[in-house]
Amino acid sequence: MTAPARDRDFEGPTDMADGGPALQKVLTAPARRRRRRRTRAEMLFFVARHSIAIALSLMFLAPVFFLVLTSFMTDNQSLTSNLWPTTWHPENYADVFSRTPLPKYLLNTIIYAVLATLFMVLASVPAAYALAKLRWRGRNVIFLAIICMMMLPPQVTTVPLYLMWARWGLTGSLWPLILPMLLGDAFSIFLLRQFLLTVPDEYLDAARVDGCGEWGTLLRVVVPMAKPGIAAAAMFQFFYAWNDYYGPLLYTSENESAWTLSLGLASFRSLHAVQWNLLTAATLLTMAPIVVVFFFAQKAFVQGVTLTGVKG
Amino acid sequence: MRATAGAPAAGAGAPSLRRSKPRRRQVRDWLTVLSFMAPALAGLGLFLVYPLVASVYFSFTKFDLINPPEWVGLRNWDFLRHDRNVRTAAVNTLWLVAVMVPVRMLGALGTGLLVVGFRRGAGFYRTLFYLPALAPPVAATLAFVFLFKPGTGPVNSLLAGIGVEGPLWFNSPEWAKPSLVLLALWGVGDLMIIFLAALLDVPQQLYEAAALDGANAWHRFRAVTLPAISPVLLFAAVTGVIQTLQYFTQAAVAASVASGQATTGGGISSTFGYPEGSTFTYPLWLYVVGFRYGALGYANVLAVVLFLVAITATAILLRRFRTFLGSTQ
Repeated sequence: MTAPARDRDFEGPTDMADGGPALQKVLTAPARRRRRRRTRAEMLFFVARHSIAIALSLMFLAPVFFLVLTSFMTDNQSLTSNLWPTTWHPENYADVFSRTPLPKYLLNTIIYAVLATLFMVLASVPAAYALAKLRWRGRNVIFLAIICMMMLPPQVTTVPLYLMWARWGLTGSLWPLILPMLLGDAFSIFLLRQFLLTVPDEYLDAARVDGCGEWGTLLRVVVPMAKPGIAAAAMFQFFYAWNDYYGPLLYTSENESAWTLSLGLASFRSLHAVQWNLLTAATLLTMAPIVVVFFFAQKAFVQGVTLTGVKG
Repeated sequence: MRATAGAPAAGAGAPSLRRSKPRRRQVRDWLTVLSFMAPALAGLGLFLVYPLVASVYFSFTKFDLINPPEWVGLRNWDFLRHDRNVRTAAVNTLWLVAVMVPVRMLGALGTGLLVVGFRRGAGFYRTLFYLPALAPPVAATLAFVFLFKPGTGPVNSLLAGIGVEGPLWFNSPEWAKPSLVLLALWGVGDLMIIFLAALLDVPQQLYEAAALDGANAWHRFRAVTLPAISPVLLFAAVTGVIQTLQYFTQAAVAASVASGQATTGGGISSTFGYPEGSTFTYPLWLYVVGFRYGALGYANVLAVVLFLVAITATAILLRRFRTFLGSTQ
């Protein structure tokens, strides 16, 4: 997590460290002027770069900053153009839990996200292994189909799938979003396969020579080595489910008891008049778990995002 | 179908060896592969092949959730020509594709180049620029509608502080889509991380060689950086187009919250497109037709059209299929 750009810096003030202008003066007089001019240009570049970075940081942080401030206001003040709370009301956060159905939405979201992630891992890791490490006829065709499925906008298959779940009596619940994960998820299979390609074949061969079957090789050798990849795929799936709005809207909009945080949050304003202080508090509470999870597994996650970029 | 689950030596290089393998061994290898792939294969059948085939069939029928499908030939498809809403929706979605995708790519490339140049603090800035991308879309949209509230919102308050009268943002037909672009730009971090990885992969010797040849920063960018990261740029462009074609959540939530009308759950569709249809995207119309009007036949026409557009974009990517296959080939 520490600066990956350390030895990649090709425009930084490299000659600041090796002696500076004083030493240069002692060395070669003719070269001095050129040297100093470059340093000044680079100094300007250095300042400009940092100024831009700091300005951008403020812009990226500002939305959260104003949300936090507003979440501590009274509901009357949150309607005014005052940016700073005149009185602080941390009890807004408790009110969100006691005066809105937020706990129920939270529970539904956790059930959806945890089960979907668990099922996805169980089904996708073996498929990714077969696509990355076993040789069989038709493998490329199946992989092509997985990529197509990954690219397919969900709205394309919405109507037939909705009818299918309606026939099975599962609309009005989150099961149509959880159960499909038992058959794997195209994006996760893709991501895991890309990761498993980086596991050297030698380890697998050694395991096979030792008499492990393919399942033994996967469970005892590959899975322990692929933990970061599996963690990244699991986090993507968890975040996807946590953030999902279209799916819950489609299947549970008529049944409020199955709503998730995203669905509840979108309807919050109309259900509870215009209480921006509570709404901003609820918004921050919805974001918080994601940020916490991210900080615990930042490295695996960034590695996973990188893998989705597919280097050519 | 044969499967060779053994060592790489038994692979494509030695076809005669494979042929001589006993039949029982072939069956066993094939069963091994099947034991790994069975769920995924079932998933492809149930959630890709079946709905696609069903969509095409349903698009030639008239039906709703109560009555069974009735064949009507091309009638649904013919309605496409007379549907004013689909034109509005398609124009809005194409506007978003044309603006949001390039803006996001430029933003990600800019922040990526900025972060990659730091010796210290690169990790800090990377995390900071990345975090907003994790915010749940509904929460991020709510936050932006609040920030850009006309009158009392922080953005317009700050603008008023420097003597500028801010626009109505999400409440103005002209500014609603640009406001959504700003929201998308706030969440540019995921793309930035991908570009960052590509930038760090550019061989340093190329920069040094270019610098020796007297190339300035812009020339180095044009001649070294761009060619090296172009595959990643292409990938980002195609996936960006496909993601923007499905743009639904932010448009739905922004319209609902900005309009301030009483809408709950499924009733949210009554505010779709607010203000004046300016945020009415193609997937929103598909949802309304299918699940509010219950015109499932016509909804499938819209779905098939969306599929054709998305598959065209995917085809551009799949021409580079070898990239995906990676080192096993």
